[in-house]
Amino acid sequence: MSDSCGAPEQGTALPANVDAGKEVVLNGKVTSGGAPVGGAFVRLLDASGEFTAEVVSSPAGDFRFFAAPGTWTVRALHRDGNGEARVSAEGPGLHEVAVAVA
Amino acid sequence: MSREDVLVTAAWAEENLSADGVVFVEVDEDTSAYDTGHIPGAVKIDWRQDLQDPVRRDFVDRAGFEKLLSARGIGNDDTVILYGGNNNWFAAYAYWYFKLYGHSSVKLLDGGRKKWELDGRPLSTDAVTRGATTYTAQEQDLSLRAFRDDAVAAINTKNLVDVRSPDEFSGKLAAPAHLPQEQAQVKGHIPSALNVPWSKAANEDGTFKSNDELRALYQEAGLDEGKATIAYCRIGERSSHTWFALRELLGYSDVKNYDGSWTEYGSLVGVPVEIGAQD
Repeated sequence: MSDSCGAPEQGTALPANVDAGKEVVLNGKVTSGGAPVGGAFVRLLDASGEFTAEVVSSPAGDFRFFAAPGTWTVRALHRDGNGEARVSAEGPGLHEVAVAVA
Repeated sequence: MSREDVLVTAAWAEENLSADGVVFVEVDEDTSAYDTGHIPGAVKIDWRQDLQDPVRRDFVDRAGFEKLLSARGIGNDDTVILYGGNNNWFAAYAYWYFKLYGHSSVKLLDGGRKKWELDGRPLSTDAVTRGATTYTAQEQDLSLRAFRDDAVAAINTKNLVDVRSPDEFSGKLAAPAHLPQEQAQVKGHIPSALNVPWSKAANEDGTFKSNDELRALYQEAGLDEGKATIAYCRIGERSSHTWFALRELLGYSDVKNYDGSWTEYGSLVGVPVEIGAQD
């Protein structure tokens, strides 16, 4: 287990201690005009719009959340613009989501 | 106490980067953020390495805090401006810590790194060195800190404010959603706790909401202003953020942070636990 609530380094490769067969993983990328956007503040909102978690996208624009089954909104803030996307996760596994900011 | 006594704006900070007697301190859990660019002149404190005991589950002690601040070049008379990532969670935690050890002038940068970056304000990768000081800390002010027995005793008698997300409160998630969910502690919350997620106290850019908005938020959640309050989360840093809002911004007098929080409480044998969403 992690002894912190801080956001770990973001990237596409799952940490070795994470079992994708058990975790509902939301993996995604922030882009602007097709180019990856690093340093965006990416927050996960639950089905009622409530804040759940926030990470900073990696230099390649990648981010990842460990969620639960359900419908989620991913919202990205960056000084170049904001954007959001919705994703439905039926169950454990990797779920891809792309967010464009403008 | 007014808002200006405990909080500075990004604009004020940028104008006072080289002011005498003002020290900017970035506090992060992941210090790579500092290394890729920090507020010019700011020194860094590593939430885990610098503020936690390396062996026991506790803070560094008074002597350890004195050693840390002396090495960072922070004097007793300096005004310390704390900021960091994660919407200032760890900076708020450090703020609470500075208060625990009796530092007289400490403030948070409203919005932390996020607001600073969204504003496009300058960041620097230059190494920062400050001459060492001889810092003297006070004994811990335990009127600010709750322990597990205080949390149990507070059930149905004091305000308990669980500042985690609704899904952590109800028992759907065991940790914030950017972390793996396999955890040692059980899921749920302390009975009679109100669920007011820390995020409701902040705007999207990481700044604190206005005092009027904050007061309405906690009143609508059912906080009894006539009672003492204990805030908790999972490890005590998000609850430092709410502790700051309740005590430092709103001025409620008896507000404690339970730094053991859910990682401790959810591991205790025999204590009551509730699951399910807020009524």
